[in-house]
Amino acid sequence: MRLPLPAGRRPAEPGTDGNGNGAEPADLIEQPPRGPGQTSPKAAVAEGAKDVLGWVDQRVGGSGFLTGMLYRKVPKGTNWYYTLGSATLFAFVIQAITGVFLAMYYTPSPSGPNSAYASITHINNDVFLGEFVHSLHKWGASVMIILIFAHMARTFFFGAYKYPRELNWVIGVVLLILTMIMGLTGYLLPFDQRSFWATTVANNITGTGPVLGPYLADFLRAGPEFEATTLSRFYAIHMLLIPGAIIALIGAHLYLVVKLGTTAPPWMKAAKPKAAVPVERVSASADGSHGGAPR
Amino acid sequence: MADQREQREAGQEAGLQAAKPDPPGYFPGESMTRRRAFEVAVQAIGGVAAGAVVLPAVGFAIAPIFHRGKERWEAVGRVGDFSSDTYKEVVFTLVPGIGEAGKTIAYVRRGSAQLHEDPKVFIAISSRCAHLGCPVRFVQAAGNFICPCHGGVYDFEGKRIGGPPVRPLDRFQTRIRAGTVEVGPRYSVTSQLKPVRARDPGEFVGGIWDYLYPPRPDVFPPPSQ
Repeated sequence: MRLPLPAGRRPAEPGTDGNGNGAEPADLIEQPPRGPGQTSPKAAVAEGAKDVLGWVDQRVGGSGFLTGMLYRKVPKGTNWYYTLGSATLFAFVIQAITGVFLAMYYTPSPSGPNSAYASITHINNDVFLGEFVHSLHKWGASVMIILIFAHMARTFFFGAYKYPRELNWVIGVVLLILTMIMGLTGYLLPFDQRSFWATTVANNITGTGPVLGPYLADFLRAGPEFEATTLSRFYAIHMLLIPGAIIALIGAHLYLVVKLGTTAPPWMKAAKPKAAVPVERVSASADGSHGGAPR
Repeated sequence: MADQREQREAGQEAGLQAAKPDPPGYFPGESMTRRRAFEVAVQAIGGVAAGAVVLPAVGFAIAPIFHRGKERWEAVGRVGDFSSDTYKEVVFTLVPGIGEAGKTIAYVRRGSAQLHEDPKVFIAISSRCAHLGCPVRFVQAAGNFICPCHGGVYDFEGKRIGGPPVRPLDRFQTRIRAGTVEVGPRYSVTSQLKPVRARDPGEFVGGIWDYLYPPRPDVFPPPSQ
């Protein structure tokens, strides 16, 4: 976003006349004199904010990128279905924020007075707004699954996976799988009867995969049975391993969206290309009277 | 100054141009330029450094696959507590240190002469369903084991007679110490009740399945019979 910087304080382009050549940008050399008139606090705050943003932008150079991203052209026919991806991202952000705060009270211990179940009970019953944050995380998980599938369906039915966006489809499928792994590993964490037996069944389904399945099940459980470290293992996968991968892949996903742009919905007719040759010349050559194809 | 430059240019035109190393630093006869050698060296050092971090971390995470725990035996009752015509439900600790989550149920009886079993041997059948691991229950009236999750049914010996399970119920090794029955490591059985190494639920036994579900280093070998 090109900010309306005051005259004389517009940052120089990085690397033009200020970087590495010994010379400083013009606005750093010539400090503009402040007039005595601008003394209202509001104006001073606005001026200060512009100064800070200008200072940052001069060193980061992000305003050009932001302008390009926020004011990029989108195709005609773009509609509400195009917001499903952003909605999924929003659901993920909600999960991340509520997850961080749940982690402050949660203990991944299978037994004892500080067991996982006891900590969840404590969150729900004792902590201020604990049940609200827990419920946001629990129901937000389902919302995210629904939204990610809706986003996938939009992409599929609008044909938005086609060239040159195949790679973004592949990244999206990996994100879908990672999101489902989040659902699987998060299901164990409340550590009630449903959690325990659902995870037991899910683990044994994993084990039925040929050749690698038994080892994968052992890896998830950290042993041949439900072990002492199974819960903390699921917790680490749920809150460290997979979220990191999801954040990295969302970055790649968004980069490709910005770089490649979005597609028009399939019911929008493609714009007619302007004829390179006047129509009368094309029709005149059709009967061969002028000979030679026009270029 | 000007004279020197002219001399240099003249010298280059006269043939020094051909001797100028290309790429810089190259001399005839060497198999690898200095620049390339440094590239390879830096990449190799970087690879070693990355491996020094990644390999121990991965090994740390997958180590439990290769670790076999200590063999544990749990007392489940006196010898006189068990009969040969019905099962007694016993709860014992399979994985210590994690409270209720580490406990499991076995159904224990004496060997039955009617089933051509040694009456001195005790049979402990695991409650873990061979379909996906839900807990089965022995139903006295039916004489069967029934799984609540997906409807698996097993007969008195634990052989599958209905539903989705892929093999009979697992068993635990048993022994008698000072008049007390003890249960030990888990093992699986084929449809003819031949002991094989323990497997996870959902995994077939015998034939090609022994290759599709290869042995895991963290389970105990089956008892020899």
